[in-house]
Amino acid sequence: MSNVWLHRYAVLWSFCTLFLVVAGGLVTSNDAGLSVPDWPLSYGKLMPAMEGNIFYEHGHRMVATTVGLLTIGMVIWLLRAERRRWLRNLGWISLAAVVAQGVLGGMTVIFLLPKPVSIGHACLAQLFFSTTVAIALFTSESWQRGAQIVDDTGGPPLHWLALAAPACVFLQLALGASARHQAIGILPHVIGALLATGMVLWITVRIFMRHADHAALRGSALALLSVTFLQVFLGIAAYMSRVATADAPQPMPVMVGFTVAHVAVGALTMASSVVLAIQVFRHVRWPLAEMQTEGVVVPSA
Amino acid sequence: MKSIFVSLIAASALFVVGCGGNKAPETPKEEAAAPAAAPIDEANAATITGKVSFSGDKPVMRTIDMSANPACARAHAGAPPKSEEVVVNGNGTLRNVFVWIKAGVPDRQWPIPSTPVEIAQKGCMYGPHVIGVMANQDIKIVNDDPTNHNIHPLPKVNQEWNESQPPNGDPKLKKFAREEVMIPVKCNVHPWMRSYIGVVNHPFFAVTGDDGTFSIKGLPPGKYTIEAWHEKFGTKDVDITVGAKESKSQDFDFKG
Repeated sequence: MSNVWLHRYAVLWSFCTLFLVVAGGLVTSNDAGLSVPDWPLSYGKLMPAMEGNIFYEHGHRMVATTVGLLTIGMVIWLLRAERRRWLRNLGWISLAAVVAQGVLGGMTVIFLLPKPVSIGHACLAQLFFSTTVAIALFTSESWQRGAQIVDDTGGPPLHWLALAAPACVFLQLALGASARHQAIGILPHVIGALLATGMVLWITVRIFMRHADHAALRGSALALLSVTFLQVFLGIAAYMSRVATADAPQPMPVMVGFTVAHVAVGALTMASSVVLAIQVFRHVRWPLAEMQTEGVVVPSA
Repeated sequence: MKSIFVSLIAASALFVVGCGGNKAPETPKEEAAAPAAAPIDEANAATITGKVSFSGDKPVMRTIDMSANPACARAHAGAPPKSEEVVVNGNGTLRNVFVWIKAGVPDRQWPIPSTPVEIAQKGCMYGPHVIGVMANQDIKIVNDDPTNHNIHPLPKVNQEWNESQPPNGDPKLKKFAREEVMIPVKCNVHPWMRSYIGVVNHPFFAVTGDDGTFSIKGLPPGKYTIEAWHEKFGTKDVDITVGAKESKSQDFDFKG
């Protein structure tokens, strides 16, 4: 039996996490990462004067604290109300991720933005957001109505594509974070965009062609394709605005706006690819099982 | 699952403990000691003077938007401040060029001035925009603004640090142990604030001002490489030989 309020809480938690990603993007784009030199306090206080870039850095910390508390609340709620053990465990994993994320955030301040830590902080943020979205999906009423199983024949197996898509998107996010923190140039990120977009096109077109009448698969594929196209546009806009304002004496709003939108939609792209993978594994019969039912001898591992 | 969670926390803690900063503490190594300081032979010292010209279209100085911090904006009421990245003087010369003897200076310990070089934070701008100091010479950093600043040098050779300075806080005395030309300095609270520090092992350097000229005095006779550095236009090197008591002129030209 579904718990409507638990699901609503999970959706709220996901939105807050997306807002946290936006807040983090604003910190980096405004070069505000070290505007507060101490951590965990800010200028030795819980609430410093929110002037200049301190607004972005301390604001990010405040939103992060809120998400941390929401995560604790989610774990407690899951432990009390959720019967699925694997879902309770996923709640624990999300808590571990948010704790690790906080530690990484503190390390970026204390150790003056070491690139591996900053990139790790950016990547873990994306994974954490995807986890919150997955938990929101698992607690939804539609999920608990049961699966509508369909077959998918031909190669490569749809399940493989479903795994490859989020893997490519995550690789692309890591390349983007590396370029943003100046560990690499922009070229690997551009090549990664081609790879990730190609992978998204492959799986979504295949779903539209073979499973257009399956609401869950079609809806997830459409969402992924839409945010991916939007993300490509935002990536081009972010790059062009950065080039156009390179001589500016400070980060310009047009560059900050497009870049932060690119980061946020990147998180949505990652989460959408994870949701599609979950839906494929839930609704599409494994080719292996199909082969077994048809009497094909499958060699054991 | 509980054990996995505990392991993750422990791993994070170990990572924090193991990550001892991005650079080693700045303790100068016991390098081969240069001969002790001795008075400069003023009687035979040479002088190099010159000016740094700018040719090409005069660039537009970009206006800085300080509206994010009213305390900063108020300090410039009526006249929005301009970026000091490229400042062309009225006589066509270039301001804020660091000129120094890059090579050829005798390997000895040069006396370090006891007077610190001051960097002021006033109107949410650094002044001067470019300074030169000797290695281990004090730099006095002052906050004259009614707002918080953080001072964040970004050296590649010396130790990086980042410290806040409250309104009307005590001046900070800092120094850099190793030669490095140049060290960018920024304030992350006010992202338009940027200055540069040239750290040199000897006293033969200068920064061009509002007439674009420089003068390097007290040089022992010899053959040198003199370099002019500008934050946007890069560097220019010239070899020059000076004799005892000689005064030579060496001009530079940067194209926009």
